[in-house]
Amino acid sequence: MLKDMTLGQYYPVDSMVHRLDPRTKLAGTLLYIISLFITNNVVGYAIAFLFLCLCIGLSHVPPKYILKGLKPVLVLMFISVFFNLFFIKGEPVLFSWKFITITQPGLRQAILMAVRLVFLISGSALMTYTTTPTALTDGMEKGLGFLKVFKVPVHEIAMMMSIALRFIPILAEEADKIQKAQMARGAVFDEGNLIQRAKALVPLLVPLFISAFRRATDLAMAMEARCYHGGDGRTKMHPLKYGRNDMLVYTAFLAYLALVFISRKISIGI
Amino acid sequence: MSIIRTDKLVFEYTRKDEENNVTETVRAIDGVDLDIEKGDFIAILGRNGSGKSTLAKHINALLYPTGGTIWVGGMDTKDDAKLWDIRQTAGMIFQNPDNQMVASVIEEDVGFGPENMGVPTEEIWKRVAHSLEAVGMTAYAKKSPNHLSGGQKQRIGIAGVLAMRPQCIVMDEPTAMLDPIGRREVIKTVHELNKTEHITVILITHYMEEAVDADHVFVMEHGQVKLQGTPREVFSRVDELKALNMSVPQVTELAYELKKSGVDIPDGILKIEELTEALCHLN
Repeated sequence: MLKDMTLGQYYPVDSMVHRLDPRTKLAGTLLYIISLFITNNVVGYAIAFLFLCLCIGLSHVPPKYILKGLKPVLVLMFISVFFNLFFIKGEPVLFSWKFITITQPGLRQAILMAVRLVFLISGSALMTYTTTPTALTDGMEKGLGFLKVFKVPVHEIAMMMSIALRFIPILAEEADKIQKAQMARGAVFDEGNLIQRAKALVPLLVPLFISAFRRATDLAMAMEARCYHGGDGRTKMHPLKYGRNDMLVYTAFLAYLALVFISRKISIGI
Repeated sequence: MSIIRTDKLVFEYTRKDEENNVTETVRAIDGVDLDIEKGDFIAILGRNGSGKSTLAKHINALLYPTGGTIWVGGMDTKDDAKLWDIRQTAGMIFQNPDNQMVASVIEEDVGFGPENMGVPTEEIWKRVAHSLEAVGMTAYAKKSPNHLSGGQKQRIGIAGVLAMRPQCIVMDEPTAMLDPIGRREVIKTVHELNKTEHITVILITHYMEEAVDADHVFVMEHGQVKLQGTPREVFSRVDELKALNMSVPQVTELAYELKKSGVDIPDGILKIEELTEALCHLN
């Protein structure tokens, strides 16, 4: 179940996007997310969609793989659609039955919100697909390095994140194993109401946490044995340097952002 | 020249109950004297809880002795200023191959050690390429470790240590979680490194078969070295090993039983071929 989770996993192919400086991709993702909150009409979303397609195309990550990554967030999307659909009041009312009313602004908002979420998640997932966790860590460490002045442990946070990403598939596999072991002894995970299901997860989570802690101890020891002692005096296998492509991408993003701004002024009535 | 030397090494730890009162003091290592020569292949055998892993952690300065002294490459591990030099001199491989991989791309994992040591970028890449070649994993450099077999993961672990240019590799039950093929793969790799790169290997294991090709074998029990010598010397003392609740390689045991029942074959047979040879020369 958890093993097919593709979200957040590096997709190892070679492409122009893969070779970009991680800082460029981080900044680009941030700009893209901002752009999604600026857009307020269909034209804007169309631009955002085309831009996303362009990025995915350049990245050589199969679109199917990206769609698969959306699966775990379906619940979140469902909740957002649900609230937008049923709780936004306005005119005209499209459908009304007892206490349920669906209005046109509600429907519009629900659809746009779902689309926005899909774009947002695909966009940020594309970054993790094309950037190794180590590069991501390096990018964050260098890009946010200025925060060190405020005593923010940038290196430590970055290292924690990259290790978390490294262990997601391992822990997912382990969760699967524990679940099967519990099922073999009669545990039921997929029946009953929400509360019963949540309760059924306890015998899954407790062993998983214990094992995660054990792994953490092991890993800490292995890291120390390999001379890890924080960020001081560390050299990098991939020192970060902006190239020509990075400048191009920054320009493209600024142009895209400008387009999105302009699209706000266009109204075609939907 | 000796690379690792211990003098009356003692390590004690305390068990505490829920109220934090000391319930007992356990002596995990009890007066061990070792002298390991550079370039040797050493096997340390022992049952669970015999203190062999604790000993391994002392070599890498992950644990410090309660009593006695341990020198790694001539450096006392209690000397804090030398900590990183010691860990670079004696690399360590652990039991669980997954729990010692830091990066999600193999070459980056191999480069983790040199990065920590502050090796210049170009030099890191050279070392990574060389290390991966030495363990025969060059083809996997850009892959994710998640799709490797246990044996391959452990070889990546070895490459990661190798990239730190150690003089000695300590392996704490590196094959305990592997299948027989993976086990053979790892042991073969270590033997090759021992021969071609002249790296001292300290292999801690409870598989007797893995100790057969070592230069020197130590058998530990209750934190003490009970038997030591060449594999032939150690494994010919079948009764003593059995008294320590340890098994001997199957062939050795068969040869021993044959000899006991009157067949005229030499002591300390370690390999199937040797036994065949001896049996063929009977008459």
